[in-house]
Amino acid sequence: MADMRTPLSRVIGLGSAKSGAHHFWLQRVTAAANVPLALFLIASLVALSGADYLTVKAYLGHPLAVIALLALILSGVWHMRLGMQVIIEDYVIAEGLKTLSLLLNIFFSAVIGIACIYAALKIGFGS
Amino acid sequence: MVQLTLPKNSTVTEGETFKAAPGAKNVRRFRVYRWSPDDTANPRIDTYEVDLDQCGPMVLDALIKIKNETDQTLTFRRSCREGICGSCAMNIDGENTLACTKGIGEVKGDVKIYPLPHMPVIKDLVPDLTNFYAQHAFIEPWLQTKSAEPEKEWRQSHDDREKLDGLYECILCACCSTSCPSYWWNGDRYLGPAALLQAYRWLIDSRDEATGERLDALEDPFRLYRCHTIMNCTRACPKGLNPAKAIAEIKKMMVERQS
Repeated sequence: MADMRTPLSRVIGLGSAKSGAHHFWLQRVTAAANVPLALFLIASLVALSGADYLTVKAYLGHPLAVIALLALILSGVWHMRLGMQVIIEDYVIAEGLKTLSLLLNIFFSAVIGIACIYAALKIGFGS
Repeated sequence: MVQLTLPKNSTVTEGETFKAAPGAKNVRRFRVYRWSPDDTANPRIDTYEVDLDQCGPMVLDALIKIKNETDQTLTFRRSCREGICGSCAMNIDGENTLACTKGIGEVKGDVKIYPLPHMPVIKDLVPDLTNFYAQHAFIEPWLQTKSAEPEKEWRQSHDDREKLDGLYECILCACCSTSCPSYWWNGDRYLGPAALLQAYRWLIDSRDEATGERLDALEDPFRLYRCHTIMNCTRACPKGLNPAKAIAEIKKMMVERQS
């Protein structure tokens, strides 16, 4: 053994983070929300297939359509961020690289989310 | 990053072959992982031909026969030979199980035997389970109460006692935890299915009064939430228990106490 800590001391480590349930719950909430919202997206894509820009613009001009799309973006991106965080924590063991990856995950998700919201609003409200 | 390939000095090489006695009619080949800390050689796979007409029906019978009659240096743990001590847990034919309850007849072709996966190896089929046992100690697997001691026993209804069925039978063989990829990658921080099954066994014990403290200790992204419901644990358990369900129940308790 390289170090002389007791096995129990190694298991205790830095102690309980006293969090995790909230992350778990949010992952389920966003997953549940994604089901109807993704169905809405698929139905919209099927209905609008082959349509020109003005038709799509008119469709997204309807408050319900743009609200559903924004909800999908928020829920989907939040779900993606939570999921990718778990994968990084699973597989990236080195502390420094892990912190960097978690940071990039947040930035990446934020950029994707903001860009999607901007695009939805521009189409929905733009002239 | 997670290590997916073996380091050079752990690459497994081909070892010796021990032939069965001439005239043996019912011969099976046992391909067994060998590694000794006493030399610098890489691990190897030795092949033992065993005459099944002269051997008991279980994989452990064959291992004992090999050790008694062919190769005394073969090292493995065993004790009760009836599936209750958990000592002879190993990876047989690609699955973690007990050598004493795994029939040789259940395996098609050569019988491949390795130590429990992703544990440090002490020698041959003997893994170092120090961390595994420390994780079991960590969940404090004993009754904890704050009320004054009753004159006789702590009482429990039949219904509450039934809740412990499927949990108390765990023999700590480590088949489940060492079959879990999350435990492979993060076994130092993730408690693993065996310890969490025992944690749940005490969480739902109606007599226990430390439920809150137990949940506090488990509420951690690594200790509990590394479980991604892969279910290898439930598939591996040689006692037919369901650690994945126990972990899911703990997760439900975590949500329940917040809402």
